[in-house]
Amino acid sequence: MQTVKMVITGPFNAGKTEFIRSVSEIEVVSTERKITDTSSRIKKETTVAMDFGRITVDNDLVLYLFGTPGQKRFDFMWEILSEGMLGFIVLVDSTRPETFREARQILDVFRTYADTPYVVAANKQDLADAWPVEDLRIALKIHPGVKVLPCVATDKESVKKVLLELLYSILETVPE
Amino acid sequence: MALKGNLRDFSTTQLLNLIHLARKTGALTIQVPSGVTSLFFREGKLVYAATSGQDGHLTSMLARAGRLTEEQARGIRQHAADRSDKELAMLLISAGYLSQRDIVDSVRRDILETVYGLFAWSDGLFHFEPNRLPSEDVITVSIDLENIILEGSRRMKEWERLKDELPDLNMALKFTDRPQTQLRNINLTVDEWRVISYINPRNSIKQIAQRIGMDEFQIRKLVYGLLQVGLVEIVEPEGLPPKQPPVTEMVSRSPAAKRSVIHKLINRIKRL
Ligand SMILES: Nc1nc2c(ncn2[C@@H]2O[C@H](COP(=O)(O)OP(=O)(O)OP(=O)(O)O)[C@@H](O)[C@H]2O)c(=O)[nH]1
Ligand SMILES: [Mg+2]
Repeated sequence: MQTVKMVITGPFNAGKTEFIRSVSEIEVVSTERKITDTSSRIKKETTVAMDFGRITVDNDLVLYLFGTPGQKRFDFMWEILSEGMLGFIVLVDSTRPETFREARQILDVFRTYADTPYVVAANKQDLADAWPVEDLRIALKIHPGVKVLPCVATDKESVKKVLLELLYSILETVPE
Repeated sequence: MALKGNLRDFSTTQLLNLIHLARKTGALTIQVPSGVTSLFFREGKLVYAATSGQDGHLTSMLARAGRLTEEQARGIRQHAADRSDKELAMLLISAGYLSQRDIVDSVRRDILETVYGLFAWSDGLFHFEPNRLPSEDVITVSIDLENIILEGSRRMKEWERLKDELPDLNMALKFTDRPQTQLRNINLTVDEWRVISYINPRNSIKQIAQRIGMDEFQIRKLVYGLLQVGLVEIVEPEGLPPKQPPVTEMVSRSPAAKRSVIHKLINRIKRL
């Protein structure tokens, strides 16, 4: 039995839990807590340690999706979660430019953990205030070779597309 | 889809850079305590600026540029109240008062003053309206944004933001592979040239600063400008021992086995 994993990261409230929930075959094991500090004005629950979703391929292969906790004070979890990952996805809330700088920093940190492929998902593209994908690419200074994809984490088809694009990028790094 | 936010999170310099790289056409409106300013762009070039705090009539621009006295300006405004800026310009030129060059230079100068005025603010709401251009009546110019972006970075005073944008001075710099900006189009200061002459993945930013005797604030500010204008990018310095890849089940497998795993995952996700 082989297990592989992908990590879904990004700033607080980017939609990581929602993203995993949309495709996981198990109820996402989310270690959510009620928020007690000032962030509670933005949302009621946040992921504390991690989210955990699963997609079974066959009897021998299982894909795990790990979502990182959004709040900074839990970032000691990141490196642990990223160990051995196949690739990672940086989710960005496209409607909140105040989080772009942090998204970029998270991306840089994850790149130092492992030299694995990654994609950037411009989430919440269904909202009127969302920045266009190509503007986000520039705002976050994403390298031309890295995919920046439109995403709506609440929509399963959209999430599937992001996961597939990451897998295609991973495939490109494995020699024939 | 909207491009909006606050300068706290995305500065004027960054906005101009975005408009430059994406070659946008439209109006950027910024609300700062001194008033509301609208900048207009065509394909990534600045063509016009208007600000609530200032009279944008051509005669006022010419007066500010010293081409007309206040009195002359007032006189012309009274006599030609119903004329558009363009018509007025034609009249002034054909009457031999001013050359076309004088007029374009004055408008240009006024627009630049307006943009530079924005760099003083680090807080203020902005939004971008695609494809909105100034009225047909006004005189537009076409100004490349690179030099404005660099000037904006030079005027930056916020230490905190510089630290956020450039957290680690142990990183190195390299020229971007596909620069959108060409060196010959931009006006660099002597200090900027000095830094550029040391750009090499082997030199950390810190080493460059030491070499040319700049303090941390100066080098951050300067590198920030070069980054904003898209000339350089940050890279890991060369010569460090390579990072060990994590040893996992996947890594230890043969490429063929890996490919087969990835294909299985792809097929599974497609069927979800
Ligand atoms: N409209 C819209 N809302 C979304 C989308 N994705 C997530 N949301 C909403 O955004 C909020 C945050 O989503 P979460 O999935 O909790 O975000 P998170 O990244 O797990 O947040 P933390 O764990 O606190 O860091 C929730 O209210 C979601 O319902 C999207 O694509 N579109
Ligand atoms: Mg969460």
